[in-house]
Amino acid sequence: MTLLDVKDLRVSFGETRAVDGLSFSLERGRVLGLVGESGCGKSVTSLAVMGLLNGATTSGEIWFDGQELLGSDRRAVRRLRGDRLAMIFQDPLSSLNPYYPVGFQIAEAYRAHRRTSRKQARAIVVRMLDRVGIPEAERRARDYPHQFSGGMRQRVMIAMALCLEPELIIADEPTTALDVTVQAQILALLDTLRAEYGTAVLLITHDLGVVAGTADEVVVMYGGRAVERGEVHALFEDPREPYTRRLLAAVPRIDRPVPDRLETL
Amino acid sequence: MTPLLEAEGLVKRFPMRHPLTRRVTGHLTAVDGVSLTVRRGETLGLVGESGCGKSSTARLITRLAEPTGGTIRFDGRDITTMGEATLRPVRRDLQMIFQDPFSSLNPRMTVEAILSAPFRYQGLKPEPGQIAELLRRVGLRPEHAERLPHQFSGGQAQRIGIARALALHPKLVVCDEPVSALDVSVQAQILNLLRDLQEEFELSYVFIAHDLGAVRQVCGRIAVMYLGTVVEIADRDELFAHPAHPYTAALLAAVPIPDPRIERARPRVVLSGDLPSPANPPSGCPFRTRCPRAAERCALERPTLAEGAPGHRVACHFPLDTSLGLSRDGARRAGPRPAKGAP
Repeated sequence: MTLLDVKDLRVSFGETRAVDGLSFSLERGRVLGLVGESGCGKSVTSLAVMGLLNGATTSGEIWFDGQELLGSDRRAVRRLRGDRLAMIFQDPLSSLNPYYPVGFQIAEAYRAHRRTSRKQARAIVVRMLDRVGIPEAERRARDYPHQFSGGMRQRVMIAMALCLEPELIIADEPTTALDVTVQAQILALLDTLRAEYGTAVLLITHDLGVVAGTADEVVVMYGGRAVERGEVHALFEDPREPYTRRLLAAVPRIDRPVPDRLETL
Repeated sequence: MTPLLEAEGLVKRFPMRHPLTRRVTGHLTAVDGVSLTVRRGETLGLVGESGCGKSSTARLITRLAEPTGGTIRFDGRDITTMGEATLRPVRRDLQMIFQDPFSSLNPRMTVEAILSAPFRYQGLKPEPGQIAELLRRVGLRPEHAERLPHQFSGGQAQRIGIARALALHPKLVVCDEPVSALDVSVQAQILNLLRDLQEEFELSYVFIAHDLGAVRQVCGRIAVMYLGTVVEIADRDELFAHPAHPYTAALLAAVPIPDPRIERARPRVVLSGDLPSPANPPSGCPFRTRCPRAAERCALERPTLAEGAPGHRVACHFPLDTSLGLSRDGARRAGPRPAKGAP
């Protein structure tokens, strides 16, 4: 069943066209990888879906579970955002408020959508922090963002995104700021939780290795358009477009003999 | 021939101060007894995760920071405690390329002024046409000399940083994460360029990166750092084929491979937990808190770098079996592994 259906999305900032006729759809519980280099429009696409674009001209349609979002009024989108659609950003430090304990911030997100007492919210927060692998969750909920390491902060963000059990998570470069060993932990965590909650994920990344390990389907973007799309195995095994092929060849791989020169675009 | 650079027991300790009283409350050891040599014409890679001390090491060997202990010999001279005036001629031969090309270029200076700065600093003047030649050498055009940094893309700006480092024909260039801010296609161009320039100018590099793919592409020898110490050092192919330190093996296994068949067949999480704080390092082996092989001895006694195979040194009480290449449980951890069905 289709959860998210983007049709002919166009976003421009003044004269600059950031997204130029992009269409894709995402089924419930599946992971779609949106890959491309900087400036290809992948992040703008995610902001468009979340209704977080300011000062941009948009056209096209974004259907989420039978509801069109681009044409909806702001209040309707706000009710969905955080509740049924959640987002995880690249840099958890700048997406958390440094002045409040992390538990407070998660509870705030929860209580924006559910009528619960502080006490009940607090219990849910502790359960979520525990669920994302933060040791001593009860005590850590009272700590401030700066008291967490990068990987732990990203776990906090995941707890916040998942506390309302959304149907769709948009993860915009969720592991780019992390070291590889921590990246592996976060990707595994996302995988487990996704399977447990049946959440669909729109994974935005520049890292083809991350996509290869995580996504079911892939859309390769260039210049605001999808240049190639397909099932993950098919796309990596037999990339049709020259751009996809060269993008793959440009990555220095540790499982292949060292080439004399790397392929450049 | 003597090595170009010899660092012996380098230590860098930073005082930690109370935020209000400014009183020193303790010390953070960023670099804890690092010894490295760089031979003429080689590229030594320095890899490790954030906070492992690789950038601090770079700043020590280029003498942008004062070491707390240890010695640095460059091109036959002890530069450990040299003052700025005596260092000045040494700096002709010892240059650096930084991670963020934009923040390492003065936004108010034209490219011409940026590339003339190394000459001015040495009391020299570029010959007519020398700036244009430098620009051509790094793949830019002579007319770019009049532009300002913001008029360039990230890859082009990094080329300017490279041109500046090469202006005085140095012997050693320390590259601190030179490609991590760039897109893959641009990254490939810069890695190729660094390699071409190395041949042309007979350069030695110290190449610092957290991306093992990039490191493998350009380095002949690689040192792996963890919490301020070198835990393993070996020739590139030896290190990737037979990692002996459990940390190196875990690091290799965590690098995502852009092939869904291979990537999905590997165990993903090989290390649990986070890097301990360098302000409060564990006793004994710095890696023991995350190490799958840690035993009692690891908490008591700090392992020192010892040679296993020739040129392959590892600081571990229980290294993975390097003679076979793969130990029993190392085989599962060490990536990349042979395809299924291979002997």
